[in-house]
Amino acid sequence: MKPLDRKLLRDLNHIRGQVIAIAAVIAVGVLLQVMMSGLVTSLTETRRAYYERNRLANVFASLTRAPDSQLAILAEIPGVARVEGRVRGAALVNLPDEAVPIQARATSLEERGEQLLNQVYLTEGRMPGQASRDEILLLAGFAAAHDIAPGDTLNVTMNGARRTLRITGLAQSPELLYAAAPGQMVPDPARFAVIWMQRTSLAAAYDMSGAFNEVLFALGRGASEPEVIDRIDSVLDRWGGTGAYGRDDLVSDRFVQEEIAGLETMARSVPPLFLAVAAFLLYIVVSRIVQSEREEIGLLKAFGYTNGEVGSHYFKMVLIVATAGAAVGCILGILSGRAMIPVYTKFYNFPFLVFRPDPTSFVIGVGASIAAASAGGLFVLRRVFALDPAEAMRPPAPADYSRTVTFDGPVGRMLDQPSRMILRGVARRPWRVAALIAGVAGGMALSAGMTTIYGSFDTMQDLSFTVIDRSDATVVFNTPLSEKAALELARVPGVLRVEPTRDVSAILRNGLKTQRGAVSGMIADTELSRAIDKDLRPIPLPERGIVLSQSLADILEIEPGEMLTIEVREGRRPVLEVPVVRVARSLIGTPAYMQLDALNREMKEPLRITSARLMVDPARADEIYATLSDMPTVAGVTVAEDLQASLQRLMDEGAGSARYIMGVVAFVITFGIVYNAARIAQTELNRDLASLRVMGFSKGEAAFVLLGELGLIMLVAVPLGSVLGYGLSILIAKGFSSEIYQIPTGFDPWSHGFAASFTLAAAMVSGWLVKRDLDRTALIDVLKSRE
Amino acid sequence: MTIAFTAKGLTKTYGEGRSAVHALRGVDLEIPQGEIVVMLGASGSGKSTLLNILGGLDHASTGTVHFRDICLTDLDDSGLTRYRREHVGFVFQFYNLMPSLTARENVELVTEIADNPMRPEEALELVGLKERVDHFPSQLSGGEQQRVAIARAIAKQPEVLFCDEPTGALDSATGRAVLRVLNEVNQRLGATVLMVTHAANIAGMAHKVIRLADGQIREVEQNETRLSPEEVVW
Ligand SMILES: Nc1ncnc2c1ncn2[C@@H]1O[C@H](COP(=O)(O)OP(=O)(O)O)[C@@H](O)[C@H]1O
Ligand SMILES: [Mg+2]
Repeated sequence: MKPLDRKLLRDLNHIRGQVIAIAAVIAVGVLLQVMMSGLVTSLTETRRAYYERNRLANVFASLTRAPDSQLAILAEIPGVARVEGRVRGAALVNLPDEAVPIQARATSLEERGEQLLNQVYLTEGRMPGQASRDEILLLAGFAAAHDIAPGDTLNVTMNGARRTLRITGLAQSPELLYAAAPGQMVPDPARFAVIWMQRTSLAAAYDMSGAFNEVLFALGRGASEPEVIDRIDSVLDRWGGTGAYGRDDLVSDRFVQEEIAGLETMARSVPPLFLAVAAFLLYIVVSRIVQSEREEIGLLKAFGYTNGEVGSHYFKMVLIVATAGAAVGCILGILSGRAMIPVYTKFYNFPFLVFRPDPTSFVIGVGASIAAASAGGLFVLRRVFALDPAEAMRPPAPADYSRTVTFDGPVGRMLDQPSRMILRGVARRPWRVAALIAGVAGGMALSAGMTTIYGSFDTMQDLSFTVIDRSDATVVFNTPLSEKAALELARVPGVLRVEPTRDVSAILRNGLKTQRGAVSGMIADTELSRAIDKDLRPIPLPERGIVLSQSLADILEIEPGEMLTIEVREGRRPVLEVPVVRVARSLIGTPAYMQLDALNREMKEPLRITSARLMVDPARADEIYATLSDMPTVAGVTVAEDLQASLQRLMDEGAGSARYIMGVVAFVITFGIVYNAARIAQTELNRDLASLRVMGFSKGEAAFVLLGELGLIMLVAVPLGSVLGYGLSILIAKGFSSEIYQIPTGFDPWSHGFAASFTLAAAMVSGWLVKRDLDRTALIDVLKSRE
Repeated sequence: MTIAFTAKGLTKTYGEGRSAVHALRGVDLEIPQGEIVVMLGASGSGKSTLLNILGGLDHASTGTVHFRDICLTDLDDSGLTRYRREHVGFVFQFYNLMPSLTARENVELVTEIADNPMRPEEALELVGLKERVDHFPSQLSGGEQQRVAIARAIAKQPEVLFCDEPTGALDSATGRAVLRVLNEVNQRLGATVLMVTHAANIAGMAHKVIRLADGQIREVEQNETRLSPEEVVW
């Protein structure tokens, strides 16, 4: 090995603490890059393959009922390549150990020949027999949640009739990647079932013989989806069509897309932050080394080493750290990517999902690390080149403090010599100190920002379930009912309060901006479910007009005072024009609220309700839910507690889990910076400190000079980091927020305190490591060395 | 007698205007090949500056320097680098060893890029450090470190050896050992040795003594009889 390379390795070993700290920062950046972009490719690719293989339809439409003869008409629409009618119905699954029956959806299987579109993926067992009337497939995720296997029977209420069905197999479907119960945002595998049944028997159960109420379309190459949708709507209008929609509006796909988009944003924005910090650290560490090796560099040049040879020696140092960090990051990235897969298979029903690292992410990760490190290295090289070979011949000159602060004023007189040394040290290299402050503040900001988000998830849940929706359970009816239905619920013993709601599914439109959703009509003096403003005060629902959630107002780009078009997709399908009265704070979904009376008036219908929120006596809850579920008019009961639990799971294990990683990662940065800052201050002050000791200052006093600067840096960096962290938390919240949930932001003192204490702890550990080193070095060695 | 160096009208000015320092104010000199030349002078008289220019470490402000038929004052940085690489060895007052390399590795640093080097062990043996090849600088005394520095400078078998106060940081006994090595290098390798010192006694072992004062040559003296390094006292 060349002597210079040997020097390189020994020097790296000498500062291994710093090397490891920097490599760790790089590794974490690359880890995130590799993991996130790998997840993006894996999810995107698997989703694409799954859709293609199992022929997910391009356009979907629901309707009340149409005779099979209409399918031929639909097939005639230009651009439509395939049409398939289905029967679909709401059902309830009764499990012996579940007090509340579980909402379910029954979907028909094509009897003759193969299913053309939305083919199920059989994970276990076999398809139901051709002629069998009571054989079914069951959604695999649901079966797993309840330990149900093929061969078992299932008690199902369909259209009011109880039936016992035999499970022949477990299945998944490309339209159910994200399987949440209707009207719910969060999937709960235990509380939502899908069953597939032969079409004839299902049609018999739902009075749909010779008819269909759902239709799937595959489009031909080059077909215009909006045009086809228009044509479909005009055909299905008279059959009670609720409006055809494309894959983009398929709830399941929408969620997957949101997830992928979120990951992509993170993969693009977070890792560069780490690499920038690492580049900066490498720059100060290596330029520090170059500074202290001025004479060695001069010497090498004096011996005839070229600028290139000397420069590459220091450049290699940068490259080794960058490459090592990046390599470790790649490996850890693959490992953590693999570890994340179960999280995704838990929330998304992929039949197969393997973590496939994106090869370009290695190239980008390693390349960017090396590029970032090189950028830092190039600045250093400039110095190496500029160094005069005659430098080696000259005795070292004392550092120049001539252009620095004097302490003449009254404040100055109060300072003792060690304090002056600290201040002069800072004044002499203001940029370096500023950069260190910026770095530590950045780490602190990242950590405060992420911790705030962590707290926000909890706040969000808290607000959702204690302020916005305070009901214990929601009862959904099969069809819109008169208000008497609410009275009936109120008569069940133990039900303390009933608030009827009418949900009208509609397309909300403001000019070209549209959103498929629902309008909730609620009673004027609602207590259990409220729209709230920014300060958490309930917003009274107006006599006329609509209150939109912030998320919805953002999507529609509409403001209070403007008119909103509501294209109702049920009943007589009126098109309503209502003024937007207020915008409410929203946390989950994209709700829109109206007064129940006002909504019914606009719909020109007598008072109708579709669901009711309940407050119940907790002691009798289970019994009440069982009674309610047995009512023929009730489609399902959702218990707030279950909902909250599934939301919590989503936060903890799903997309929200990234925040833990981010938290750890922010801490790594802080430590990397603080430790390096302390180390560099130490090497710079080593001689001064030893001199102080010789003059009779105690170890503690000497350490004060060293750690004082660090203290000053922290004193400025922590408050600055807090301010930056506040801004950052708003940005991150925006990035994390989706239609599914919106993360509330604000200054969270706890989070900032938490981040500050870690930052300070990181500083203290670094300071301690350095001081321990200081105490161990023999005075004489330091004084004898040239620096 | 072949001439190694010829300098004409050499000046060197540091800085500009009123704060300018005239380190050399017109130096003419000739240095014959294969001799030991000692430059004497008070501190600040320009000895190091002259040595650095002859050694290709620094540019002169005006004037010319030739090493044999190479005009050093015409060379750019990379030309000077090549000159130093191919022809010159240096020994400094502060040893300037790489602390993270052993004695042998410090020598290898130079043999690595030389055309016709001796083996590092051989160079170290020449300076009497055969037993200490694997020691790090921190494990060596000042005199030993300086001898490693000399071994490093001679290992490439340079035609010229520049030494700036090689004994400046050493006591007389160790200093004498260093001088002995330099003398031997001159005799065995035939290298021209240019040594800067402010210790007048060392001049006794030189073939030729150049006295500098205030950036100019005051006196050039040819020694009829030379002292052996052992006889040098200071
Ligand atoms: N890099 C420099 N910048 C400014 N002045 C210098 C520099 N190097 C040397 N000098 C000045 O040039 C003069 C000669 O210096 P030098 O050759 O080192 O003297 P000597 O080696 O004889 O002690 C001195 O006055 C010194 O202060
Ligand atoms: Mg000098």
